[in-house]
Amino acid sequence: MRNVPAITAEGLNHWFGTGEARKQAVFDVNLEIERGSLTILMGPSGSGKTTVLTLLGCLRDVQEGSVELLDTELNGAPEPLLVATRRRLGFIFQAHNLHESLSAEQNVLMGLQVHGKGDAHKQLEASRHVLGLVGLGDRMNYLPANLSGGQKQRVAVARALVSNPEVVFADEPTAALDKESGMTVVQMLKALGKTRGTTTVMVTHDNRILDMADRIIVLEEGRIVSDTRK
Amino acid sequence: MTRLLTRLFGRMPIGWLQLSHSRARLFAALAGVAFANILVFVQLGILGALNSSTVAPYALFDADIMISSVDANTLTDGSNVARQRMFQALGIAGVASATPLMIGALDWEDDKSSSSLQTFGVDPNAQRFVAPTLRSELSILQLADTGLIDRLTRGVPPEVFEGITRDTPLSIEANGRTVNVTGTLAVGAGFSEDGTLFVSDQTFLRLFGARSLGAPNHILVKVEDGVSPDVVVDRLRAVFPNDVVKVNTFEDAASADRRYQTTERPTGIIFGFGVLIGVLVGVVIVYQVLATDVADHLKEYATFKAMGYDQPFFLGIVFEEAIVLAVFGFIPGLLCSIAIYLGLSAATGLPVEMSVAQAISVFFGTLAACSLSGAIATRRLAGADPADLF
Repeated sequence: MRNVPAITAEGLNHWFGTGEARKQAVFDVNLEIERGSLTILMGPSGSGKTTVLTLLGCLRDVQEGSVELLDTELNGAPEPLLVATRRRLGFIFQAHNLHESLSAEQNVLMGLQVHGKGDAHKQLEASRHVLGLVGLGDRMNYLPANLSGGQKQRVAVARALVSNPEVVFADEPTAALDKESGMTVVQMLKALGKTRGTTTVMVTHDNRILDMADRIIVLEEGRIVSDTRK
Repeated sequence: MTRLLTRLFGRMPIGWLQLSHSRARLFAALAGVAFANILVFVQLGILGALNSSTVAPYALFDADIMISSVDANTLTDGSNVARQRMFQALGIAGVASATPLMIGALDWEDDKSSSSLQTFGVDPNAQRFVAPTLRSELSILQLADTGLIDRLTRGVPPEVFEGITRDTPLSIEANGRTVNVTGTLAVGAGFSEDGTLFVSDQTFLRLFGARSLGAPNHILVKVEDGVSPDVVVDRLRAVFPNDVVKVNTFEDAASADRRYQTTERPTGIIFGFGVLIGVLVGVVIVYQVLATDVADHLKEYATFKAMGYDQPFFLGIVFEEAIVLAVFGFIPGLLCSIAIYLGLSAATGLPVEMSVAQAISVFFGTLAACSLSGAIATRRLAGADPADLF
């Protein structure tokens, strides 16, 4: 299973803008990301790492080249197929993007209810369990406005992981966390990779977690300039 | 409420949670919907009063067919019709009897006030042409200068009509004559008249010296038992010149009167337009609320899109909000409108009444208007692009 890539990109190019303002942001990116691995994308601001992340995570239309995510070709895929594929993924955003009207528990539940109504009691139990794992067992009914930045990020992590995603895409997931919390989150992702084969692709500048990565890809000006496997 | 809506929708009621998260905005939105409801209700109430007061006088009579001048668009408008038409009608197969109906307006004046009375003059022997409740009162009208008055006459205290009997009549002055009122009836005020006076044709002629029995306003016709009024109407139309006289069943005449008052008279058109404005105000208010709400939550919606939620989910949120606003805005709107109806009715004497059917139709209209607003607001959902989240 670990030998079959979770993500394959071939000849991936991407442009922003139209006409005279059209500018290429990603140049001929080719990569394979193994299942269960923790891959870190690094690079200076404007290097194209976030664009690559959104292209691999089927959040942005593939213009040229191929991206095969969990055996689904994303280039030209119809919207329903993209929606179905996204449900197999987990996203952790730098800005956490919690729904301000929903409690921590309800935000995490949203990560489960996307898969259907299911057993409401079991969904609730699962949400509470994951919140407990990220150390928010006593904050389940808090609204985001009443949580600290780190606590919000941990809710966002719980939301991304509660549905046991096959691939997690994370953008600076530890930026708002203290060292201990940041390490806990990355350790969780690492453990999920080992136990469940969950693949993680992460954009980060956090040097504290580089040692935990299976692979570090560095981009500059839209090109892969370094690809280090451990 | 959250639990109730969760059970109702079978999912987390995100629309409700979003709306209730900002209480001040929610109350402002509900006030806006309630205001639009009040606008619609008030216009409909007045329009309803126009309808009711238009057809109320028809209830005083019991006829199958009404023959009128071709330009008589309402009971009180238009030219007179020649009594000769009545004799012609009596010769038509299926016609059992006919009687002329005289109508005029006069002012009942006393030392303190003046009331305009719609006055109906009928043959006191033509008892079968008046409503059953009036038949027993008709014989007394054979006495000259006697009449029945509307106890709901606008501007006249109810106690004035208390104790009126044949032995203790109320004397009123109108058109320079004294009329002894020996009984009462209940019609209510209209938009042009304050009340109703019911007299014999002879008394009518005394009150309106310029009028003649040879030219009544309308001719009422009863058909023979077992004969369809529609069939007789067709026969009469075949006989009468249609550019001079029009013939309708009595029900059709009342309907045509109401239709004319509400769709061709300025009053009806203005209030009908008012209903439209109320609906538009409601649509705009709800659209503003929903569109702002969608714009405020674009980032959260984009996050949900990234998680795999599809377009129907987002449409569901917007429509859920629309329904919540419609339901919770309707209730205070209805309660305020009932209070306004009571006030209007007391102040004008008009039958401004809230019917269950009207309340239900406005409720569903509110739901439809809010849904329309929601449908327009959903266009903003296109701005929720998950690629922008990173």
